[in-house]
Amino acid sequence: MNDLLPMIGHVIDPFCGPVGVFTLLAGKGLLSCGDTGWGDEIASGVFVTASLAIVTLPVGLALGFLVALGKRSEDSYARMAANIYTTIFRGLPELLTLFIVYYGLQILIQTGLSALGYDGRIEINAFFAGMIALSVVFSAYCSEVLLSAFQAIPRGQYEAGAALGIRSGKTMVLVIIPQLIRIALPGLGNLWMSLLKDTALVSVVGLSDILRETGVAAKSTKEPFLFYGIACLLFLILAIISSVFFSRIEVWARRSEAAR
Amino acid sequence: MSHVDTLLPPQPAPPAVAQPITGTRLVGMGFVLLWVLLLGGMALMMFNNWDWEKFAKYGPRYISGLQVTLGLVAVSIIGGAIISFPLAFARMSKSRILSGIAYVYVYLFRGTPLLAQVFLIYYGLGSFRPQLESVGLWWFFKDAWNCAVFAFALNTAAYQAEILRGAIESVPRGQREAAISLGINKRISFWKIIMPQALIVALRPYGNEIILMVKASAIVAIVTVYDLMGETKYAFSRTFDYQTYLWAAIFYLVIVEILRNLWNVLEARLTRHLKR
Repeated sequence: MNDLLPMIGHVIDPFCGPVGVFTLLAGKGLLSCGDTGWGDEIASGVFVTASLAIVTLPVGLALGFLVALGKRSEDSYARMAANIYTTIFRGLPELLTLFIVYYGLQILIQTGLSALGYDGRIEINAFFAGMIALSVVFSAYCSEVLLSAFQAIPRGQYEAGAALGIRSGKTMVLVIIPQLIRIALPGLGNLWMSLLKDTALVSVVGLSDILRETGVAAKSTKEPFLFYGIACLLFLILAIISSVFFSRIEVWARRSEAAR
Repeated sequence: MSHVDTLLPPQPAPPAVAQPITGTRLVGMGFVLLWVLLLGGMALMMFNNWDWEKFAKYGPRYISGLQVTLGLVAVSIIGGAIISFPLAFARMSKSRILSGIAYVYVYLFRGTPLLAQVFLIYYGLGSFRPQLESVGLWWFFKDAWNCAVFAFALNTAAYQAEILRGAIESVPRGQREAAISLGINKRISFWKIIMPQALIVALRPYGNEIILMVKASAIVAIVTVYDLMGETKYAFSRTFDYQTYLWAAIFYLVIVEILRNLWNVLEARLTRHLKR
């Protein structure tokens, strides 16, 4: 059983498996898999990019939902806190947010640990810092999308929930959120696309994503046009896959409207 | 018949209704407090680690970096606007080849990260040096600033073309038909009737695009252009002082807020005839 899973993984690997792109097309060239080519390194970069984006999405969505709730709350303090959040993180360049999170977390953890009496150097994980920075940026934009979706839901929905004796928390989950998702999906799809593109920035703090791996390959083979072209192509393929996926979700979310 | 014969003396205003302290209010206060602590802590850190020597050394560099950033954004937005016009018309054209080419262009530039595009142009075109030298374009592409502007202009052209197309298509058909029935020729009806209405629709997306461009311009620091971000990275690599990044953050926030408010004023001014 322990051998089986990696084997299955190898067989269905779209890059270096028996029917992978690099195995079929690259032959023994620069892009072949194994020690002589860069195929396997680039393939691992694709997985890092995709997993960073996929891990960031739920965190960003949850944060964004909370911020949107804060923005439409009746309490002025909650609105103020949420507005400061979006003003800051929509105004800062993503790269700067990344640096601030990367070095800021390092300083925070360092001071925290030295207060406890530990004096070693701390290097935080680029993947983790990237995830935090990207989900913060994603949530700031996401809160705007969700806020406008909230405004599209008529008051009557809440009132009907109250009239049926459903508690407000349950009204939110059972009545509002299903409609909210349907309205917000196109906006969230756009945000997902820009999230996917923003992951490229995390290569700057040393995460081995697509751009980093192709960059290393470009430097050592002196073939920058080929490798950066491949990087663009891979991002494009990820974008195409996700737009197909999103249009399917949209069809699924609108299945109740289609009958009429 | 009765009438009023005494006037009520002036009454004090009714007492303010005390706002009950609810869960949301506590949470909201907690978050505001968190922000105050966080921003206050950063301000305190800047104040405590303040160093006049560093200020004198890196302050002017920040200002020159700011000029580079603003220049870069201005040139690429204008360049992109010029490229976006033929692109938007190609996208709207009836010829399937033209609209297909424009669609592929827009998809390519919107589907890949700007950073990868800048790398492709700055490092990638370096391998075509002999060919570029023979055409006499090498002087342009050997400079990082030029490459960045080139990549940015091509990128923003794709986005601006979509903005322009959406805006032109949002003008109702009847406007064009009315112009034809009044015997106004096509060129004049486009510039005097369609475009003024389209640009009002496009105003807000254009503002967002400029703000996005200001933010995206930070990545040129990676290809060795000393813009605001580049100077920040330089100062950080020399001093290892975290507040260098906080200064950059303040600069960027101020630019973005100025642009945002400017756009609000502009929009209020330009759409005042539409208000009822």
